[in-house]
Amino acid sequence: MTLASIPASIPITLTQCAKTFRGTRVLEPVDLRIEAGETLVLLGPSGCGKTTTLRMIAGLETPDAGGRIAFGNDDVTALPIEKRQVGMVFQSYALFPNLTVRGNIGYGLKIKRVPAENARRRIDELLAMMRLTDHADKPIDQLSGGQRQRVALARALAVEPRVLLLDEPLTALDARLRDALRSEMNTLLRDLGITTVYVTHDQAEAMELGDRIVVMSAGRIEQIGTPRDIYYRPANRAVAQFVGTINRVAGERRGGMLTTIGGAVPLPSAHRALSAQSDSTHEIFFRPEDAFLADPDHAQLRGLIESSAFLGERTRLTISGAAPDALFVDVAGRVELARGTPVGISIGHDALIALS
Amino acid sequence: MSAVVEHDAGENGKQDFSMNSITVSSEAAAGKKPRSRLRLPDSRAWLAAGQWLVTLLLCAFLIVPVVMSILAGLTVNYFKGISSGFTLRWLGEVWTQYHGSVFLSLEVAAATLFITLLTGVPAGYVLARSKTRLSRVIEEFLVLPIALPGLASALALLVVYGGFTMFRMSVAFIVVGHVVFTLPFMVRAVAAVCASSDLRTLEEGAASLGASFMQRFVTIVLPNARPGIVAGALAVLTLSIGEFNLTWMLHTPDTKTLPVGLADTYASLRIEIGSAYTILFFIMTMPLLVAMQWLGVDATGQRSAAKKRGAASATKSITTP
Repeated sequence: MTLASIPASIPITLTQCAKTFRGTRVLEPVDLRIEAGETLVLLGPSGCGKTTTLRMIAGLETPDAGGRIAFGNDDVTALPIEKRQVGMVFQSYALFPNLTVRGNIGYGLKIKRVPAENARRRIDELLAMMRLTDHADKPIDQLSGGQRQRVALARALAVEPRVLLLDEPLTALDARLRDALRSEMNTLLRDLGITTVYVTHDQAEAMELGDRIVVMSAGRIEQIGTPRDIYYRPANRAVAQFVGTINRVAGERRGGMLTTIGGAVPLPSAHRALSAQSDSTHEIFFRPEDAFLADPDHAQLRGLIESSAFLGERTRLTISGAAPDALFVDVAGRVELARGTPVGISIGHDALIALS
Repeated sequence: MSAVVEHDAGENGKQDFSMNSITVSSEAAAGKKPRSRLRLPDSRAWLAAGQWLVTLLLCAFLIVPVVMSILAGLTVNYFKGISSGFTLRWLGEVWTQYHGSVFLSLEVAAATLFITLLTGVPAGYVLARSKTRLSRVIEEFLVLPIALPGLASALALLVVYGGFTMFRMSVAFIVVGHVVFTLPFMVRAVAAVCASSDLRTLEEGAASLGASFMQRFVTIVLPNARPGIVAGALAVLTLSIGEFNLTWMLHTPDTKTLPVGLADTYASLRIEIGSAYTILFFIMTMPLLVAMQWLGVDATGQRSAAKKRGAASATKSITTP
């Protein structure tokens, strides 16, 4: 199912866009370029400025003086939302309760005075694409959450927007439905090839949907990168701690080794060159799934099982005594270890992460 | 007895059995804890009796005068009582003398409604959206005519506009008074609906689809603010038809509305005619009150909110497998 009528996608450029509400800076000046056809995810906890950024792109907020927003070569900074030709999906969907499904999807076409025959064809096409044909004449309050979400998406796409803006479109749904719709959304966005900005606080959504992810916190961009960049090469602690779980090993650097209370970890060569200050306290990080249990006699670190949480497909062990902080290690679900069992752990050499 | 029961259908037998078991268990309970078991229903009975008493007294105070008034308007001679017989003569007399007031009241109410709709709906919308201090001040000023006695508003109008004889003598003067008094009800009802964040998001949604402000207002705001507008409209109509204080001060012999006429009849004519007038009034306002009840609207548009919540929970139950 393709929508050939979607126009060629365009890039979005934000230059020095900041936002101040009643004297409070909620967004520090942001420079951001969203490539044509790319899906960019703004990820961060609530209040980090991600929704404000999206609303500025949409035209629902204006950036503070000096900020500029461009769609392709058009400077749209001064344009109100109704003139920007954006397709927007709101967290609450904002479907019109006074109209039917068909009326909602066709609203933008009616405003644009698209001839009735063309509009009908376009609506039918979208209804079919979103599997809503049977519900076309129902009022909105008779639809399930997932159906509403699809109506909202169809309504936004009906007007052939230049860019698609999605504000936590899956947050209002329950977990199981969210997972199903997430992969559906992924397929749809790849097929459409429209420049998309997607706001979420859910890292699984960000990882699956984003070509690139922008991690934000406290009104600042912390890192921009591909999902793998963000996960395996986080720019700083804020990113590392917000995306997934990360372990910290603190100790002293001695001759290419990081010595800590439970043993020593060989430092990667890049690390050895990096820190010139010798024999100082040093830290290294790794993800729970990148460590493995080893024979205590030959393992890098030795500790005791503090607790073990069975999560179905995996078991998350909490190990104390290996490093100053307790370490989380993910092992296969079938592994059962009693509290207090001495274990050894080793970390894959290229899985070590250095953070400033 | 038991022979009869056995003779009967099974259901009767069951009933008999269950009744027996109840008496047995209550006897047993009474044997164990006689006091608390007996006193509890006792106090409940007292409470129920008290509730009935209060309810009936209230009904007597509220309903009996209405019924008496209606009866008085239909009896031949009120002082002789119902025995003198019933008649529609008084109603007929009231109609011939005061039908002008009926139409005038309807005209005034319609004109008042028209003006409050035209000004109150946009005002309610703007006041709900605006967060400035000035808009809060304006809101307070709008409510003043309700807080002040109608006489005071009327005096103010007379002092300022009394000199414009043409205006002062016309129905328009009454309409102005009614607008001053009823506008806050319209504004409040509309503002309550427009203040909901839902409506704001709906507008943003419409804007994202290219709708200009006027297009949004007509296609999204007005339809979705309808419960508030309907509530406000019904309040304005009933208040305008029943308004006395202010109208009494403002009226001239040519601009007598229904309530002013009612005061006239009670003051200067037979009690039967005054009562017949009440009946006329009753017939006029009842449909409005019933409409308000039927639509279930109050000034804040509560009903529609409750409806929405019901619908939302219904869809939730559909969604969850």
